[in-house]
Amino acid sequence: MKDLNEIQTTAVKDLLYRIADDQLILGHRNSEWTGLGPILEEDIAFSSMAQDKLGQSQALYQLLNQMGEKDPDTLAFTRSVDEYKCCHLVEYPIGEYDFSLMRHFLFDMSEAIRFNMLASSSFEPLAKISRKFKGEIKYHTMHAITWINQLGKGAGDSPVRIQKALDECFPLALGIFEPSDYEDILIENKIFFGEKELHEKWYDTVVPVLKNANLKIPEIKDPEISYGGRKGKHTEYLKPLIDEMTEVYRIDKDAEW
Amino acid sequence: MSDKNIKSINTINSIISIDPRVTREELSIVPDVDPIKDLHHWQTYEVFHQTKKGDRHLHVGSLHAPNPEMAVILAKEQFARRYKCVNLWVVSTGDVISTGYDNEDIFDTTPEKVYREAGGYKVMERINKFKKERKQST
Repeated sequence: MKDLNEIQTTAVKDLLYRIADDQLILGHRNSEWTGLGPILEEDIAFSSMAQDKLGQSQALYQLLNQMGEKDPDTLAFTRSVDEYKCCHLVEYPIGEYDFSLMRHFLFDMSEAIRFNMLASSSFEPLAKISRKFKGEIKYHTMHAITWINQLGKGAGDSPVRIQKALDECFPLALGIFEPSDYEDILIENKIFFGEKELHEKWYDTVVPVLKNANLKIPEIKDPEISYGGRKGKHTEYLKPLIDEMTEVYRIDKDAEW
Repeated sequence: MSDKNIKSINTINSIISIDPRVTREELSIVPDVDPIKDLHHWQTYEVFHQTKKGDRHLHVGSLHAPNPEMAVILAKEQFARRYKCVNLWVVSTGDVISTGYDNEDIFDTTPEKVYREAGGYKVMERINKFKKERKQST
């Protein structure tokens, strides 16, 4: 595909905002553990992965900028809450470390599959970025899977706590796959295989890992239970996060860093 | 201190910090932390880093981990997040055999054994002679 027409451009921009906003918000959330992590080594690893997320979101905002949107800082820091397209999972407060780890596992597994799919996108700039992210995301999933195994098969209260975290995060994770209004356009033009296929692949990937860690998959009656984020309808947790994240930026918007 | 001041201090029952993350935690001013017991400490692992395939692995430091799987995962961000790396080794510190500082005297005369170094050989002369002969023969 060489040039996108108007509707294709809108579809791609919507996709980029969804991915970048997820990464920005979860990157910010995970960075809240910096200095407070359970042990020094994990604190460093988790903070470093949070930085990776911010870096990846920046690359996607950059691409949006090249497609005619505002510059990355303006996109990240000046939009109103209902203009963000992140899913509810990434908005929730960090909670206990079990919650943050389980969210990291469920989200990053979806992200690994998403970027793997996008690596063959007909929209070459996005395919190129996706291939570049491959190694970073692979480490994130290795880290997450190792922890899930460790805690699921661990002694003491860890299996109970990590199961509880799964019960809380799993319904929220389904919101990752809320379809956009442009699914058909993305699929027809081979830009992206679509949220439905991503959801199926994700389920087939995470379930064996969770079962191997002796965890029970929660039964969710309403798969749309956590929908809304992709359309700008957010949880109560997003606004305070954005206010805090943009606090310094708002002091002097034109400051040179 | 007036009675009014004492009252205002007593009404604050959680830590207020300039770091909003700390304030949010509503931490008690009186710490309620259990001291760490001996068995709560994880063991240490030694980390070796390789910058290029075929190069030797160099010791870069150590870290805490509960088992080898976690050690290798944590080692990546600890020791290989900034510089080029193609492979990491982790070895349980307990598995390292050491001569020990009690035996430090076995190395006492090492710095004096210059006669064991290759510096004494006059190899370059022979190489230059060989090159010269080769040049003449062609």
